[in-house]
Amino acid sequence: MNPTTNEIQSIAILPELILSVAGIVVMLADPFLGAKSNRRPLGYLALAGTVAALFATAMQRSSPGASYFRVIQVDDFSVFFHFVIIAITAVVTLSSLDYLEQQRIRAGEYYALLLFGTVGMCLMTSARELLMLFIALEISSIATYVLAGFRLRSAASAESSLKYFLLGSFATAFFLYGVALIYGATGTTNIPAIAAKLAEGSTTGLTVMALALMIVGMAFKISAAPFHVWTPDVYEGAPIPVVALMSTGPKAAAFALMLRVLFGAFGSLNEWWMPLIWVAAVLSMTLGNIGALMQNNVKRMLAYSSIAHAGYVLVAFAAQKEAGVSAAIFYTATYAAMNVGAFAVASYQAGEGERYVSIDDFAGLGRRSPVLATTLTIFMLSLIGIPLTGGFFAKFYVFKAALASDMIWLTVIGVANSAIAAYYYLRLIVVMYMKEGDESTPLLPVPVSVATGLLVAAGLTLYLGILPESTLDFAIKGARQLLLIH
Amino acid sequence: MLHQALFFLIAAMCVAGAINLLLQRHPIHSALSLIVVMGSLALLYLLLGAEFVAMIQLIVYAGAIMVLFVFVIMLLNAGEEEHTRGSRMALWFGAPAVAAIVGMVVYVLTSNSTTLREVHLGAWASTTHDVAMPLFREYLLPFEVTSILILIAILGAVVLARREH
Repeated sequence: MNPTTNEIQSIAILPELILSVAGIVVMLADPFLGAKSNRRPLGYLALAGTVAALFATAMQRSSPGASYFRVIQVDDFSVFFHFVIIAITAVVTLSSLDYLEQQRIRAGEYYALLLFGTVGMCLMTSARELLMLFIALEISSIATYVLAGFRLRSAASAESSLKYFLLGSFATAFFLYGVALIYGATGTTNIPAIAAKLAEGSTTGLTVMALALMIVGMAFKISAAPFHVWTPDVYEGAPIPVVALMSTGPKAAAFALMLRVLFGAFGSLNEWWMPLIWVAAVLSMTLGNIGALMQNNVKRMLAYSSIAHAGYVLVAFAAQKEAGVSAAIFYTATYAAMNVGAFAVASYQAGEGERYVSIDDFAGLGRRSPVLATTLTIFMLSLIGIPLTGGFFAKFYVFKAALASDMIWLTVIGVANSAIAAYYYLRLIVVMYMKEGDESTPLLPVPVSVATGLLVAAGLTLYLGILPESTLDFAIKGARQLLLIH
Repeated sequence: MLHQALFFLIAAMCVAGAINLLLQRHPIHSALSLIVVMGSLALLYLLLGAEFVAMIQLIVYAGAIMVLFVFVIMLLNAGEEEHTRGSRMALWFGAPAVAAIVGMVVYVLTSNSTTLREVHLGAWASTTHDVAMPLFREYLLPFEVTSILILIAILGAVVLARREH
């Protein structure tokens, strides 16, 4: 065992420390700015925090290991997810700068909650102790519940926040009940210790029930069917940059948590959870895609699309082994890049009071704003899984892993679903370029902040589609370390 | 023997309070039954030999949090809850589901009863010192990170409660 296991090493939580300090500074600086003054500097401060946290994450690669009495595990797995989550927060901050001014949303608390929420998400990926995981999950969830209700003038936003809060708390309670039962069954809440205990003893009803309850809680957080019903309503009411965040950041963190719990703690029980994941994957893909076909609101369409994508990731979970885990990690990163980009376009196109969010409002976007239309096309093609975009390799690795594990039916259902999904993504592209738009709704030139965010997201989407090897290698290393922790 | 009798008495009180909480139609009656639940939970903890947790349960939950509950209900002057078609539907589907889950939990716990054992008052030391040691050693980081959780809860409450100008 690593001799430094119990040490308090600030490098292990350095990104979280930086983000927390940035959040506190933003929170404290807000009252000192005049009531009428511009709140943009707070956004830049938040952005600086995320960039510093990215550098801190890069530094972590050279000092892996467990610390804080085996509560925190720094390895390629946690570093990969830290990169993904903090980059999401940076892009969301960029697309929020103008959005907040346009919608007259209070910026101080918004950026502070965004940064604190990111702290929770980051800790979810590096914790190896269920208590820590639970607290991190709560931080990330409560921050998103509040952010969903930030459009104070809109009843839909309040509805979104309340629904998310009530159902989310209910789901977290299931997770916590599972944690309590696994503690009762094994006498520990440390994930590697649970794995060791479960591997030596026989499977009892208690452990299986704990596993089932924890899966319910986690499936809710990744909005996998049949625990997905909240998603469209919550996404419809929340501010669009917040939807960009909650459809990627907390979800990426929840995928990391699920990988850590299912493969790290319950690896020896995989014949128990495999069928559950199989069913959830099939239901999520099918219900998500069929639901998305019938939507006219872009936010609702992307909500159903995110349910479907959770299904594809679960296919990788079902495939298991190193290939499956690394495919899930890679998919999460790609999905984050393309989805956060798609919502960044939508948040700028929506206009004041989010009036223009139906698919018809995107008509003529190709002429009105070539930049937005081009980037949105890249994101849509990637969501379909067209070659040269990240979405292609993400799906390719997932289905390859599924085939390697002899899951032929799951692969067939997944590929058929990808074909159905092409329809509604292409529909948006067709409307943008082929349909005459209402020229009386002029669109201002895209500001630098939004353009930078889009450039990062589109660049990463294309990078993952053209040169996926280095990222995949990183994901494979992460998967290997996740499966080997003792 | 006395121990078991006490357990069943308190447990019955706890379950009765919880069921009453759901059946009452006026929020203040529900809140008062919640106090019964919290109080009997504290007694159950005491029976398990966890004096510290029992006291915390009384002071924090039955005390501070319930006072806030009652205050808020009175300030909002909340009336009786109305049954809508949706809530009746929820009852029709919810009640069997709850029964199924309770049945499963009971089955699993009783089928594991060989590994479950009885404890009695003072069976192990659970003084403040014993609670503090792991809290500030093994669980130092989770304990400290809880401060962020509380901070965002305060921040969120302020944001959502404030009126727009």
